[in-house]
Amino acid sequence: MILDLAHFLRQERPFWTELEKKLERLASDPQRKMSVEEISRLYYLYQRASADLVKLNTFASENALKTYLETLVANAYGEIHGGTEKKRRFRPIHWFWFTFPNTFRRQSRAFGLSLLLTLVGAGFGGGLLLVAPDTKDILLPFSHLHGDPSDRVAEEEAALESHDGKSQFSAMLMTHNTKVAIFTMASGLSWGIITLVILFYNGIILGIVSLDYILAGESVFLAGWLLPHGVIEIPAILMGGQAGFVLAKALIGWGSRDRLRIRLRQITPDLATLIVGVGLMMVWAGIIESFLSQTHEPAIPYVVKIGFGLLELTLLVGYLAFAGKNSGQTADNAAEVIVG
Amino acid sequence: MNGMLKNLLQIRTPEGVVFHLHLASPMLRFAAWVIDLMVILVALNAVSFFVQITAIISDDLASAFNILVYSLLTLGYAIVCEWFLRGQTLGKRIFRIQVVDEMGLQLRFSQVLLRNLLRVVDSLPLLYLVGGVSMMMSRRFQRLGDLTAGTVVIKLQRFREPDIQQLMRGKYNTLRSYPHLIARLRQNISPEDVGVALEALLRRKDLENKARIQIFSNLASHIRKAVNLPDAVFEGLSDEQFVSNVVEVLYTKENRAEVLPGVNPEATVAPRGEVLHQELVPAVRDKPGSVDLEEGETVDSSDPRTGVIMPEPPSRRGLSD
Repeated sequence: MILDLAHFLRQERPFWTELEKKLERLASDPQRKMSVEEISRLYYLYQRASADLVKLNTFASENALKTYLETLVANAYGEIHGGTEKKRRFRPIHWFWFTFPNTFRRQSRAFGLSLLLTLVGAGFGGGLLLVAPDTKDILLPFSHLHGDPSDRVAEEEAALESHDGKSQFSAMLMTHNTKVAIFTMASGLSWGIITLVILFYNGIILGIVSLDYILAGESVFLAGWLLPHGVIEIPAILMGGQAGFVLAKALIGWGSRDRLRIRLRQITPDLATLIVGVGLMMVWAGIIESFLSQTHEPAIPYVVKIGFGLLELTLLVGYLAFAGKNSGQTADNAAEVIVG
Repeated sequence: MNGMLKNLLQIRTPEGVVFHLHLASPMLRFAAWVIDLMVILVALNAVSFFVQITAIISDDLASAFNILVYSLLTLGYAIVCEWFLRGQTLGKRIFRIQVVDEMGLQLRFSQVLLRNLLRVVDSLPLLYLVGGVSMMMSRRFQRLGDLTAGTVVIKLQRFREPDIQQLMRGKYNTLRSYPHLIARLRQNISPEDVGVALEALLRRKDLENKARIQIFSNLASHIRKAVNLPDAVFEGLSDEQFVSNVVEVLYTKENRAEVLPGVNPEATVAPRGEVLHQELVPAVRDKPGSVDLEEGETVDSSDPRTGVIMPEPPSRRGLSD
């Protein structure tokens, strides 16, 4: 049986055009609410186009028309079967108070693993410094950390306070640290191996620097230097690792019978939420590190900087532990609240 | 269940309808990326101009602005474009390719964000070598960012209405005198074969003479094998003209009233073929040498036995468009 193509086109084209227009309208204004009649009509047009496609596949072999109908049916299918998530306008307040902290808590085990690895690395770094102090110059990437901490402290405190270059330094820190966090997340594609290495190495650096300054008797300087930005930056790096381990777990598929594509699909919203949160934290940390952390006594007393750092830490822990709790959101619908 | 044909992603809807997405090749995507890179460079140059103006106020602020804009542009260009331009950047728009969800559903923001953030891995060590290798190894041409985000990049197809009119040369078609042979042709020749014949006719002017003769010779002999045609049908005709006549009668039902006297041409287009059935069977049975149609058999394409059910349109009262 061969389809009467000319007649088929004449009869059906108006319906296809109508469906195209409806889909264009939906795409240009996703928040628009449709009436029941409009939804029924859209579904009818989709069914009709689908039936036409089946008819064409069975009774004709016209590639151009088939491709057109497939595209039309594909667009309509995506619109109609797109899932239960509604397309909502961007709600930053809701995202900040509910989505982000809930996502963090939902993946808290991965954060715990990141924290553990960093602490183990710090312990290892500190031990290395005690056993082989010469390794400090090899392991630390920044040359200004190689010398005697007391010399550096004296130098910093003697330097006149200058505002030159702070904005540039801040921008550089924000962008560099954000890229590092993104890379830490992306390295989850290595089944978490590179993520593990990154976190462990970060821990080593932290351990070496911390113990070095403590042994030199510069604990107060260390706290005043690291706490203001470190209490935000270090958790942000850990969250990058958290996202990396979430990705790694989905790749490996522990405790799940779902196929890989389904597992990845399930974690995509959480990964996006975590990395956006990390980006925001790095922006804040970059500003603080440049304009506050690098300013030392007598310009800003250490007690002020330490107090500020501890306040930030308290607020951060409280926020991550309690914000958005009992909001009634489930894991399924929380993820797409950020945008659409 | 979804599947793969060569460079095609096959998706089956819950309604059982299958459609295909044409996957964009890695080379096409690379070309689009080159365009995007140029767009980013132009944008950076344009921004640098304004940064230099900011330097009048403060060098430090200008440097900071430069760094931030560079990072935002390189990271954010693709994210913003793909979200607001429905899966396309400017480079993708030029090459008519688009990012879509691999299951045919709506693209989500988290997918757009993730696939672009993972460029930091795909672009290693340089010029997207890791991403390129991933694409070559993936049946769906997915780089690592696409794999993680569940996206594919497809080629957008242009719609070209089939040029049936080209076949209707306004000349007499001998096959129209043999409605029973037309019916047999419809029954015995597959839609794929007719499609090949149609394509050959539409592209015949692009063929070399020798190839053209060979192709239509093969097509004509294939058609003759499928249906036993009297010599009068193709006497004096070249193979190409014969094939053209066949395709013309199969794709169009012009002059049906002349062939089937007493049948209202409009009645043949009724859904489910009911009206055609009522009027055709007596007319054909009475015609000597006609096809022996059984009760309920029609030659109309909207035969209810096709299994394709056309739903009744809902009442149009109250519909707003």
